[in-house]
Amino acid sequence: MSFVEYGDTIKDGDTAIVFLGHESMFPVKVQHGTVTQTKYGVIRHSTDLIGKKYGSKVTCSKGGWVFILHPTPELWTMNLPHRTQILYSTDISIITMMLELKPGSIVCESGTGSGSLSHALIRTVAPTGHLYTVEFHQQRAEKAKEEFREHGVEHLVTVTNQDVCKNGFGVSNIADAVFLDIPSPWEAIGHAKSALKAEGGRICSFSPCIEQVQRTCLAMEEYGFTEINTLEILLRVYNVRTISLQIPDLGKAAEDNSSTGFDSSNPSNQDSSCTNLQQGTVQFKSGVPLREMVGHTGYLTFATKS
Amino acid sequence: RKIIFEKQWFYLDNAIGHIYGTTFEVTSGGNLQPKQEVEDTTTETKEAGTDNRNIVDDGKSQKLTHDDIKALKDKGIKGQEIVQQLIENSTTFRDKTEFAQDKYIKKKKKKYEAVITIVKPSTRILSTMYYAREPGKINHLRYDTLAQMLTLGNIRAGNKMIVMETCAGLVLGAVMERMGGYGSIIQMYPGGGPVRAATSCFGFPKLFFDNLHEFPLSKVDSLLSGTFSTETLPSEPEDNALVEEESNGLTGKKQASLQETEEDTNTETAMEINETEEQETTDIDAENVEFKENKEKENRENVREKKQWERRKKLIEAAALLREKNADGLIVASKFHPTPLLLTLLEFVAPSRPFVVYCLYKEPLLECYTKLRERGGVINLKLSETWLRNYQVLPDRSHPKLTMSGGGGYLLSGITVVLDKGKTDASNLEALKMEEPSSKRCKVQDLHC
Repeated sequence: MSFVEYGDTIKDGDTAIVFLGHESMFPVKVQHGTVTQTKYGVIRHSTDLIGKKYGSKVTCSKGGWVFILHPTPELWTMNLPHRTQILYSTDISIITMMLELKPGSIVCESGTGSGSLSHALIRTVAPTGHLYTVEFHQQRAEKAKEEFREHGVEHLVTVTNQDVCKNGFGVSNIADAVFLDIPSPWEAIGHAKSALKAEGGRICSFSPCIEQVQRTCLAMEEYGFTEINTLEILLRVYNVRTISLQIPDLGKAAEDNSSTGFDSSNPSNQDSSCTNLQQGTVQFKSGVPLREMVGHTGYLTFATKS
Repeated sequence: RKIIFEKQWFYLDNAIGHIYGTTFEVTSGGNLQPKQEVEDTTTETKEAGTDNRNIVDDGKSQKLTHDDIKALKDKGIKGQEIVQQLIENSTTFRDKTEFAQDKYIKKKKKKYEAVITIVKPSTRILSTMYYAREPGKINHLRYDTLAQMLTLGNIRAGNKMIVMETCAGLVLGAVMERMGGYGSIIQMYPGGGPVRAATSCFGFPKLFFDNLHEFPLSKVDSLLSGTFSTETLPSEPEDNALVEEESNGLTGKKQASLQETEEDTNTETAMEINETEEQETTDIDAENVEFKENKEKENRENVREKKQWERRKKLIEAAALLREKNADGLIVASKFHPTPLLLTLLEFVAPSRPFVVYCLYKEPLLECYTKLRERGGVINLKLSETWLRNYQVLPDRSHPKLTMSGGGGYLLSGITVVLDKGKTDASNLEALKMEEPSSKRCKVQDLHC
């Protein structure tokens, strides 16, 4: 296993994702002799995990089963231990594309936080790129370093423990892209500019409040960034459900046989795959939005240095 | 070479040697001149009103007539000066609020000051551009949706990806960019050959194409059933083989010239060039068909045989890669119904790998979701859509942009897992024969995974 390379079988020391079902999963560090408790029973690493293929079904002691998945940045994002508020895959995906990241890119990031975005950035710039990430909170910086080591990606990332607004990224003229997720990004725009390559690059700043965006945009303009663009992306997830709606009884006479009447008037009813007429109801498949969804994460402001 | 863009025509010769992101002004002769950062003419706009209570729309506020403006243009006067003239001759300009003045100038500048910026092609630029200019060609796949696909699909260097797309090669190009020439891609194509018009706009180095394979969709079934043989192949896609080779040659040449001059194509124009290329090649194709029985035949016989042989070799390679059934992911974005594509192509994907299907409509994905559940071997199925909202951010004038895109399509994503042996065959048969048990099983699975 590595976060930057697929492996077929589970090995000692791997980080694997235990999938319990219904979006319920958790990460597990595979170790000889260790056991993991789940609601379906115990998983013994030595016998149940090590040597098995990723994607296998593992039967637990109580007869229930779970799937063991290969880690990816996306699965990690859903399961990582939160030390801060994190960025989710929806924002991460647009950030990655708008910053034009690809294998070989050099990226600067601050703050590291819980490392949700960091893992995705490392995945994208590997094997020849590098991530310079700055975190002013010492404990978080240490923890992130430890995680990168465990996940086999430490050679692709440098964690620096300093204040990006005061001391910058610790590198200059080497980055293709800069990402800022800090409370006062406008104070770091100057440092961002000097971290970017002389021939130019892209920058992105993530802020939850419009006032922060405002100040950031002004700072970007001041430092000569162009193509300044602010956007917001929202994810809508749908549950796939079979819905049945009752046909109202409008008091049609019995001989009239209201159900056949409805049938003939609605041609789509003949399509038995999704619509079914049973005891005065109509069935169909629908994508139902979740009752509650994430309404706002943050504004993303992008710009170009040229 | 003359290029037309936004009602302007120009030659690119002067742009060579400048760095990406340089802005040019179009002069009357169609030449490009680098434009420096100009000081905004803010001196004039100091005077401003506070509201519009006294501004009446009588259609007479602009003292210059259409003919006057045309005369100015014909004289070849700089756009900047025309805008200045318009402002000076607008009676209401001084009464407008500062914000309205800004807006007025912006609007006029857009019209009279023709500036273009030449930028380096990237997925960001190309997908934004295709969505704005040619949405029909990419099945209305919005750029944020494409971004989701790349992330959900865990696209990265070293993967072995299967891509089935009818998006002019844009999705393929995006995947290639993210893989940076590491790993391999097998593009499944319908008809006679893969379309890669958008792919060639990226200007990828030749190395990226070394591990790009293609395999005809129509042979997938025989590959799975084991009856696939290459002998049956050349007969049908014969002419297309030529087209493909030729267009590849063309793009190769273009890339070479690009590298030589260290210059780059304006992405917009690159696309137009490409379109003409496409047309040219299809013309050639048509001609080829006509001439096939005639004199040309002999000269070309040798070349064609060689090309066919190469093509067959590539095809055998692609078939071998697929047969291993250990692909690291599947990306589908096509005009076809996604269900049969997915049910079949997932066979080639290793367990614990992500797959993503794009569809412009939600309903086919609902069906696909149900069928995948019946089939098994997949978990974490998710049907989703993203909304994208752009903002205007200006001092005291920040708000969401007036218009936003109504829809960018839907995605169905999931992760493959090891399929239960025995149960698979049985459930497949049952699913075909009896609706009842399979739907029950589906429910059971729903509960459990």
